[in-house]
Amino acid sequence: MKNLKLLILTLLCTSISLAQQTPASKQTKTIAIMGATAHIGNGDVIPNSVVIFKDGKIVTVADATVIKMDMSDMEIINANGKHVYPGFIVPNSTLGLVEIDAVRATDDDAEIGNFNPHIRSIIAYNAESKVVESMRPNGVLLGQITPRGGRISGTSSIAQFDAWNWEDATVKADDGIHMNWPSSFTRGRWWLGEDPGLKANDKYSEQVNEVTAFFNESKAYADGDKTTTNLPYKACKGLFDGTQKLYIHADDEKGITDAINFAKENKVKSMVIVGGAEAYKVASLLKQNNIPVLLQRVHLRPNAEDDDYDLPYKMAKLLVDKGVLVGLEVSGQMERMNARNLPFYAGTTVAHGLTKEQALQLITSNTAKILGIDDMYGTLENGKNATLFISEGDALDMRTNILTHAFIDGRLISLETHQTELWQRYDNKYKSKQ
Amino acid sequence: MCGFTLLAQDYFPKNDGVVTKNTNYTAITNVKIYVTPTQVIEKGTLLIKDGKVVASGTTVTIPKNSTIIDATGKSIYPSFIDIYSSFGVEKPKRQGGGRSAQYDASRTGYYWNDHVMPENNAIDKFNYDSKKADELIKAGFGVVNTHIQDGIIRGTGTLVALNNDDGNEVRVLDTRSAQYLSFSKSLTSNQAYPSSIMGSMALLRQMYLDADWYAKGNSKTKDLSLEALNSNKQLVQIFEAGSRANDLRADKVGDAYNIQYVILGGGDEFERIGEIKAMNASMIIPINFPDAYDVENAFLASTLSLGDLRAWNQKPANPKILADNNITFALTTHDLKSPKEFKSNLMKAIKFGLSKDKALEALTIIPAQILGKSNSIGSLKNGAYANFLITSGDIFDEKTTVYENWVQGNKNVLENMNAIDIRGTYDFSLAGETYKMDIKGELDKLKSEVTSDEKTRGSKISYADDWVNIAFTTKDSIQQEFIRIVANVDANKNLNGKAMLPSGTEMTFFAKQSEAKDDAKKGGDDKKEDKNNAEKVSPITYPNKAFGFAELPKQETLLFKNATVWTNEKDGVLNNTDVLIKNGKIAKIGQNLSDSSATVIDATGKHLTAGVIDEHSHIAAASINEGGQNSSAEVTIEDVVDDTDIDIYRNLAGGVTSIQILHGSANPIGGRSAIIKLKWGETANNLIYNNSPKFIKFALGENVKQSNWESYSRFPQTRMGVEQLFIDYFSRAKEYDALKKSGKPYRKDLEMETLAEILNKERFISCHSYVQSEINMLMKVADKFNFNINTFTHILEGYKVADKMKAHGVGGSTFSDWWSYKYEVNDAIPYNAAIMHDAGVTVAINSDDAEMSRRLNQEAAKSVKYGGISEEEAWKFVTLNPAKLLHIDDRVGSIKVGKDADVVLWTDHPLSIYAKAEKTIIEGVTYFDLKRDELMRDAIMREKSDLINEMLKAKNKGLKTQPIKKKEKELLHCDSLEE
Repeated sequence: MKNLKLLILTLLCTSISLAQQTPASKQTKTIAIMGATAHIGNGDVIPNSVVIFKDGKIVTVADATVIKMDMSDMEIINANGKHVYPGFIVPNSTLGLVEIDAVRATDDDAEIGNFNPHIRSIIAYNAESKVVESMRPNGVLLGQITPRGGRISGTSSIAQFDAWNWEDATVKADDGIHMNWPSSFTRGRWWLGEDPGLKANDKYSEQVNEVTAFFNESKAYADGDKTTTNLPYKACKGLFDGTQKLYIHADDEKGITDAINFAKENKVKSMVIVGGAEAYKVASLLKQNNIPVLLQRVHLRPNAEDDDYDLPYKMAKLLVDKGVLVGLEVSGQMERMNARNLPFYAGTTVAHGLTKEQALQLITSNTAKILGIDDMYGTLENGKNATLFISEGDALDMRTNILTHAFIDGRLISLETHQTELWQRYDNKYKSKQ
Repeated sequence: MCGFTLLAQDYFPKNDGVVTKNTNYTAITNVKIYVTPTQVIEKGTLLIKDGKVVASGTTVTIPKNSTIIDATGKSIYPSFIDIYSSFGVEKPKRQGGGRSAQYDASRTGYYWNDHVMPENNAIDKFNYDSKKADELIKAGFGVVNTHIQDGIIRGTGTLVALNNDDGNEVRVLDTRSAQYLSFSKSLTSNQAYPSSIMGSMALLRQMYLDADWYAKGNSKTKDLSLEALNSNKQLVQIFEAGSRANDLRADKVGDAYNIQYVILGGGDEFERIGEIKAMNASMIIPINFPDAYDVENAFLASTLSLGDLRAWNQKPANPKILADNNITFALTTHDLKSPKEFKSNLMKAIKFGLSKDKALEALTIIPAQILGKSNSIGSLKNGAYANFLITSGDIFDEKTTVYENWVQGNKNVLENMNAIDIRGTYDFSLAGETYKMDIKGELDKLKSEVTSDEKTRGSKISYADDWVNIAFTTKDSIQQEFIRIVANVDANKNLNGKAMLPSGTEMTFFAKQSEAKDDAKKGGDDKKEDKNNAEKVSPITYPNKAFGFAELPKQETLLFKNATVWTNEKDGVLNNTDVLIKNGKIAKIGQNLSDSSATVIDATGKHLTAGVIDEHSHIAAASINEGGQNSSAEVTIEDVVDDTDIDIYRNLAGGVTSIQILHGSANPIGGRSAIIKLKWGETANNLIYNNSPKFIKFALGENVKQSNWESYSRFPQTRMGVEQLFIDYFSRAKEYDALKKSGKPYRKDLEMETLAEILNKERFISCHSYVQSEINMLMKVADKFNFNINTFTHILEGYKVADKMKAHGVGGSTFSDWWSYKYEVNDAIPYNAAIMHDAGVTVAINSDDAEMSRRLNQEAAKSVKYGGISEEEAWKFVTLNPAKLLHIDDRVGSIKVGKDADVVLWTDHPLSIYAKAEKTIIEGVTYFDLKRDELMRDAIMREKSDLINEMLKAKNKGLKTQPIKKKEKELLHCDSLEE
């Protein structure tokens, strides 16, 4: 136990600073990770591997027992008995938009108004968030920074988690627009003496019509002369030319079905269901239309009293078995600090039916495909960015998710955080007393 | 109405005529008289005078000055009594609230809590409502017991006869018929306390103690509420509980002060009838049975829970089940939208098995008896009020007509008793044409069908007071002209009158009945068939919802073979080991064990551990916070344990066997805990530990300062104030305890009693805490008063003062990795558990969350990652250590011979993310089993489908339905406030 601690202490920065961790500088020397079990992220595993990256890009991923090459110019990391993984990706996240939930002044995740496609999350992204840096020691290295609220919340961007500022952080700007599909239920207005429970939303069609009208107007605007700017309409252009994805946040069976039909009718080129609590009920429809799902947090209580106790745990399996492309998202209560538990959400799906490598895909290659960054991230494959980490053991299990090195685009990033600094400070305080 | 006032006050002057006194009798003869439900006179006479029964029987001498009503073939029943009503008393309006909560009373000279109003009397607000009275009279009622339905103590009620002909001087039977109570606050005051049911219960208890203290002349100040309460003491005490769980809560409060409340139930008593019977209380039962849900929309229908569906199917059987269990109960119209719905619901209860005798008792002699008025109401004994119903026959038969409802000797006609039934077939001819006319339908809503030349004419009929009006169309179908008939009915049911042709010509009309329609008989046959078709009631499970047990699982002798056993004792983790469980205890641990009586479980490759214990939970409770005051030491979660919470079952599925249900963190001194075992299916009382260690929740920081919401009126608003609040309360508790121990008289104060227990080291504190300053402060306050804080819960900056904690001897029960959700957790770190542990503090990992609690094994495992705790020690963070912190480690927390057999069989290493609980066992009873769970899922699906099918049938039959509402359970945390 003590040895383990010492090991970690030495691996982490030795100086204690109060500022955020300094972003790592560019990769200068070719790095080879030797002997680790490589989890490629696409389902494959290489038990004794060599992973080499140069100038931020992966150049070799191979079986160390087979391949022979000259490594004299390389920095070798001996990772025998360890595991190497592609960096985990957290989609639909508000990381960097809110620092402390209860302190309103730190809260920048939801704008007022109903149709806000022009609202862009990335410019509010706090690259120096203490919460963001706490992702890295758990292997969560990339995220889709997503605004909340309204019918159309705004436009998300994808960021990497070791940056000086939001421009540095951005790996894909304005990747998609997020829409909250009208709910099939509304809550009674208890302050007017109504039952506070949920009842059928009698404004559902009206709300769907509003969305349809907004899309029609946006399309018409795109075809017009645009002499008078309309920011919301203008912001939707990418949905129709295929440069942006439409992320429809919908949970119930009917809502998801309606959302799929809506996107088809409105010629949306690429859509994703986010949340998808009842997506398993329409898995075939999703598969037929090639619509992926960013599935709700695995560690949830079942929605309904009669649900199977393990329904949230096994939902991913139910969808994957039907051939649906699934990534895991983490939104909900305390979603930011909980995002570092993403690997354990994936791990839980293994106890409930998936294989470990399938579970890994839910937070790496599948998510990269869904977000449209799979040319750069999501797997350990030649040509991809060297965003990866080495773990002492199985990174999907809490006990062994212990990182020794993490790289973003080939840069060796700090694994220290506000939290590890406090840990060291107080651990030393008591140790020096003894 | 037909009134002839009998009982004018004789000392009143009269200026509108001569004084008239009626000393005549009324005799109703040749009737079947239900003097009581069991004392029945066939073909007798009922003699009444001055609004009261003089005599009844077959040999009654009828005085000469009698009006005689021959009611041959009819039946007479006592009119019904509605014992729970707000008749004639307007419900108070809700007061507009201010921005900040109101903590003090609005009144002076009364009790300190506005919601206690024993000084209220319904008679002071009573206004006889003749419109409402008519509705009740039509539903068969003669007397109602009314009160002000507002507040926790509601004062006295008024018993009133529904006598529309006389004034209050006659119809008001009692102005102090009962005293009324409830758990609900008054609408007339915004005083915050109590904000929870457990607060209401504590308030009632303190109030009784204070009333006693006051009665003994110990109070130096005036309290009109307590004076009224003391003077109402000898009255019947009627408690509006409103649900099975609250019935028991009310009864528990009353029993402690030797008061047996009459309890208004909720209609769900059947769910645990044994407990209800054990209350030994008389009950008042509403019969507002739910309508079927409108399940045509399959998406919406899928949101209904099995519990919702069953409620529709099972609730009508509640009265029958109460009767079968010999529970005394009266029925009421309470909770019905209108008294008009009473009969159909009552008929439904009878259809579901309530006997007609019991139904009649529940509406007559039982309410009379409850009110101590058996001699005057509820029966037709001599001297009783002449409140009775005249019917065509069995009052609980659908086809029976209620003709008259007499109240205090005044007749109310509902249907004309002497009306001739003209239903049948008639032949007549007019202007050369012959017609055939069928008269059919309900007596008060007749329909006619007129045919001539085998062609049906459009026709309308109306009939009243032996006169019939008919209009039918002529042969000419284009002109739309009518022939109109008005005719008088003679004793032979012939119609005599005149016809008016479209031309204006009048001619005589005569129609002879050729065939009488014996509708009643035919209809009766149909109904009988229906009755034989007994209602199919879903079996009750415990609890009565999805995953409940039809039969509770039994304690077994179990032998686990070849398991990896995590003992949590010196032996550490034992491989390939057997464990024998017998009589609810761990009996043996070793190799090659055998026991002929044991069920053998092959645990090869599996792990057996002690059950998970959650030091900080908020599941299985009906309320969590009593935030109406800055201290609520008088409340206890044990009062509000909810044995139906599905999260109990879900926690079992996560290997949890024991939890502490803590009060929330709304105030610095919170309420007392309930420490329970998750014995799913057992009653709330059976969940609570025997000889439970006593605990109380304290809280510090942002929540108790009310920092994160708009509230500025309650002390304390700063951490500085929090310290002084504790010093104030403990100083007073110390003085209180000293006075109590001195033997001098003292006012018993439940709050001070609880705090004195802490000072006397009989009760332990688990304190919600975050930052180091406040943690340090509370330890110093405890030192000052010479006791120890037992546990800091949350304790996210415990790592900053771990050495001080160790020195004080306090444990830390923390989150594995929560932080950043508010300012005071900015420095929370996941290494907290490890640092505290390394400093020698007893550390537990807790949940405070119904989701996290079902995978506390994973949370414990995070201590391996964050801080390098060994697996064995990490496992103790969620088993043995919380047991130690809760002072139950002599019973649970490890696998040791003699300890309770609270164990979990895991599919994998218990700290692994890949592990699932396969069996969760408490005291040798398997409360969760993966395989059984699978079977239950199938059964739930089938039963739901069946019930939805029944609802579709009900809709097709034309029965009323209700729109679907989706139920959701609020997830309770420390911060959850109820209002």
